[in-house]
Amino acid sequence: MKHIFVFVALLALSFTAQAQLTIEITQGVDDPTKIAVVPIQRTDGVALPEDISRIVMANLERSGLFDAIPRDNMLSFPRAENEIHFRDWRVLGTEYLLIGQVTENAGIYRVSYELFDVLGERRIMRRQVVEGSEGQLRSIAHNISDRIYETITGIRGAFDTQIIYVEVVRHDDGTDTFRLMRADADGARPVLLLESSEPILSPVWSPDGRRVAYVSFETNRPAVFVQNLATGEREQVTDFVGLNGAPAWSPDGRKLAVVLSKDGNPEIYTLELANKRLTRVTNHFAIDTEPSWTHDGKGIIFTSNRGGRPQIYQVDLASGRVERLTFQGNYNARGRLSPDGKSMVMVHQREGTFNIALQELDTGTLRLLTETQLDESPSVAPNGAMLIYSTRHRGRGVLAVVSLDAGTRYYLPSERGDVREPAWSPFFD
Amino acid sequence: MISNVFKQGFFLAFVLAFLAGCTATDTMDDADDAAADRADERGVTTGTADRDRLRASEEDDAEALDNVIYFGFDQATLQPESRALLLAHAERLRNPGNNVSVRLEGHTDERGSREYNMALGERRANAVRDFLVLQGVSRDILEVISYGEERPAARGSNDSAWAQNRRVEIKY
Repeated sequence: MKHIFVFVALLALSFTAQAQLTIEITQGVDDPTKIAVVPIQRTDGVALPEDISRIVMANLERSGLFDAIPRDNMLSFPRAENEIHFRDWRVLGTEYLLIGQVTENAGIYRVSYELFDVLGERRIMRRQVVEGSEGQLRSIAHNISDRIYETITGIRGAFDTQIIYVEVVRHDDGTDTFRLMRADADGARPVLLLESSEPILSPVWSPDGRRVAYVSFETNRPAVFVQNLATGEREQVTDFVGLNGAPAWSPDGRKLAVVLSKDGNPEIYTLELANKRLTRVTNHFAIDTEPSWTHDGKGIIFTSNRGGRPQIYQVDLASGRVERLTFQGNYNARGRLSPDGKSMVMVHQREGTFNIALQELDTGTLRLLTETQLDESPSVAPNGAMLIYSTRHRGRGVLAVVSLDAGTRYYLPSERGDVREPAWSPFFD
Repeated sequence: MISNVFKQGFFLAFVLAFLAGCTATDTMDDADDAAADRADERGVTTGTADRDRLRASEEDDAEALDNVIYFGFDQATLQPESRALLLAHAERLRNPGNNVSVRLEGHTDERGSREYNMALGERRANAVRDFLVLQGVSRDILEVISYGEERPAARGSNDSAWAQNRRVEIKY
């Protein structure tokens, strides 16, 4: 047995790792909306520590739905409506124009912004104001991006959300360092949540976004832990013989579905977090694993090889009745329902490669969303527009994002090690 | 828990150093060195590892046995070529001596989903355990643990690496 190092980072320490995920856009939609994001600067001319408009541009472009007018092409940098010459923007093909400005008082930044329809020469969003500290300037930029995205597309933006993921660095002596990380949805501002010399896997957000559950081998055996993100406080919630894995929060946040093999075989159980009451859900000699709750909390979808090969099934918790959901191909695993509950994303094997697929639940139609080799761990953004997954790229584990219509994709490669098992947060509100 | 591990390690090191110090013979220097070596090791290991080391010295005379059993993709059934090796381990483990426990560590290749692989790794380790038990090994000395795809033996995303990673390691 090896000696085990575990390190829990408290938020108070604000431990920021140097390694950041950087973005590499590989595919966007054919006819993106052209938007000009005019530099948003301080009225007193002092430089801002974060380039808000550049963050907004990057967010909107990453969605694949927007094409941002390069700053160098802009003929002027208007800060107010009376400084806008719409003709100048029409010449550039601009459809929407975002302007804004920043004031600062005693460390509080006040950002105001407005959105204009260039063709209609009218304001389509009245002046908005967001305030925050210097450390919140990135969040302010994400918040602005969300408003712009929603105003133009009608879909709620998910830029002001976060991801958790596992980063693994293998050392020359054969040992590994496993880190559970949290970052903004664009990969910026990574924060260490847990570090261990033993495996960490299967991180998931609680429905309110305040806690995470994950599996850690720090006791030399797998165990499920729940960690409070604000305080760093954590609790080991399972300690059974055999597998302790695949935690999944119930929609009300009171229970975890977990996989235990304490009775000799991997089965799905629900665990009430308040009193640790355990209820067995599945009962089959095959592998039953990877539970995920339906949005009404009445059912659980899961992976089982009870038909010989792994497929996705759904169990009704009240009756125990099990129904098979996937029929195409001989390997479908780790299903997750989209936020609207109409479709399911999963890992699908096709001719030896593993890809992320989406299945419409009413028709059973299956579409491949990715086309690389070893794609896994899909997690859908809370607005249902994109999903994040892990794959291998240039010999390393990387995170990647693809839109649910497969039209847009980008990579979030790590500067160090392999990154994997991303989980997209819920909305924080 | 970790501080306990340290305490245990230091305590054992202290006891060994103490015993060595009491051995007033002309080999005392050697004994001291040996104790110091062990103390270093103990600083970074746990109590169970101590048993491993003591036993390993007993086995120096015994023929070294390969300790890895390989499997096919998404398979947890033993392959015929593993039989001879498993029988040799069973032979050794039928009369294991005191305090011997064996960890059967199940692993998979990187393909497919991680938690499914965690379950598959356990199936593989269970298959090895069940075979050994059928050969008369006491179930009580066999501990099964799955690492799924988290601890690959070989790096790389190709058939050769995958074949090396679909395995159960028999760890004395």
